[in-house]
Amino acid sequence: MYWFRHNWWKAAGILLMLYVIFGGLLFEVPHLPVVRQTIRNIYFHVGMWFAMMFILAVSLVYSIRFLAHGRPADDGRALAAVKAGLLFGILGLLTGMIWARFTWGSFWVNDPKLNGAVVGLLTYFAYMLLRHSLEEDDKRGRLAGVYNVFAFVMCFVFIMILPRLAPASIHPGIDGNPALSAGDLAPGMRKVFFPAMAGWFIMAWWLFSVIDRLDAIERKIAELIDNP
Amino acid sequence: MWFSETLVMLRKEFVLEWRQKFAISGILLYLVSTVFVSYLAFEGVIPANTWNALFWLIMLFAAVNAILKSFIQEHEARQLYYYTLSGARGVINAKIIYNALLMAALGLAGFWVFAGFMGNPVGSSGLFLVNLLLGMLGFSSVLTLISAIASRARNNFTLMAVLGFPLVLPLLLLLIRNSSAALSGAGMAASVPDLLILVLLIFIALSLSNLLFPYIWKE
Repeated sequence: MYWFRHNWWKAAGILLMLYVIFGGLLFEVPHLPVVRQTIRNIYFHVGMWFAMMFILAVSLVYSIRFLAHGRPADDGRALAAVKAGLLFGILGLLTGMIWARFTWGSFWVNDPKLNGAVVGLLTYFAYMLLRHSLEEDDKRGRLAGVYNVFAFVMCFVFIMILPRLAPASIHPGIDGNPALSAGDLAPGMRKVFFPAMAGWFIMAWWLFSVIDRLDAIERKIAELIDNP
Repeated sequence: MWFSETLVMLRKEFVLEWRQKFAISGILLYLVSTVFVSYLAFEGVIPANTWNALFWLIMLFAAVNAILKSFIQEHEARQLYYYTLSGARGVINAKIIYNALLMAALGLAGFWVFAGFMGNPVGSSGLFLVNLLLGMLGFSSVLTLISAIASRARNNFTLMAVLGFPLVLPLLLLLIRNSSAALSGAGMAASVPDLLILVLLIFIALSLSNLLFPYIWKE
């Protein structure tokens, strides 16, 4: 009972994802030219990107909290969230590439949205590199926190504003919110799409909390080895 | 308060530069040799869009080189001394203004040298110059904070490039777009929206630098 009171959301996440896998692969979808059955990828590809943005926003919040109060745990959480975000970003990129192969003909097309996605990932890889090149804990936390805030704002300018200014994009959602605007999604697909988004958010949060706990244990072990 | 501090620190930057002239002449020489290398590599006249891309790439690398040294050239002890003289905002604003002026001078010199070797396809000079100067202010406002971060870590140059390039990219793409409008001879009026976005980006970068630098500064 104790387990369920604290972890019911994980059970809900698993049930949602199972529903999404079955419903996403089996339920009726509109038959459109070119896209055809690959439209089912929308439950996974878009969900991964949304989960990444969500968990990177979580990282931003923890970075700001670390800068404001200086508690090491907040810095650890910001790092864990970036790790989870990178994983979802890479998965989103891969599912997008497979989708592009079957609809646009090649794994990569030169498009503002796609390039923006790569720049976003590069920024967070740079964040990891920055952390690796600093040794002192407090200084690392502060510099990485500052970079995280700066990068988040500048990058989201890149992902959110610039593609809308671009004259043309092959990627859907030129007004910025793929699959959310009215008319983008057939009514029958909504009953899978929205549960899918909730499921992905829960997966992202769960993964983030697991990474954070693992990192915290590793830090504790390192500390105990240093001062037995 | 921080305004007068900024002026004092700015004066210090100029005095320092004047006393060690090799720094600015080094970056000028870097610019000239890069342009000359690309002149030899491209063997003469190139199409306008290649000209545009090449010019901005050279400017980007010159900016990264020039701005990187703004924090590295000073010892930590001396930074501690500045700490007693001025607040964090005085320091960062002085560095940004100084870097912007330095980059503006380098940008104009760079354009002169580049046009000398590779030909000058610019159709509307007014737009090109406004875009160039805004671009240099933009590079300085984004990269100065990155330089402050990178100077605290090992592998300064690699880190500066890796941290800075993704963040400078939105700026760079806008600059290249405006500049290619200027090359094709379109007037200023058509590019006003893009120039305004550029100003907005610079404003965001400036306010973030002011907000975040105090956390880097305190040791």
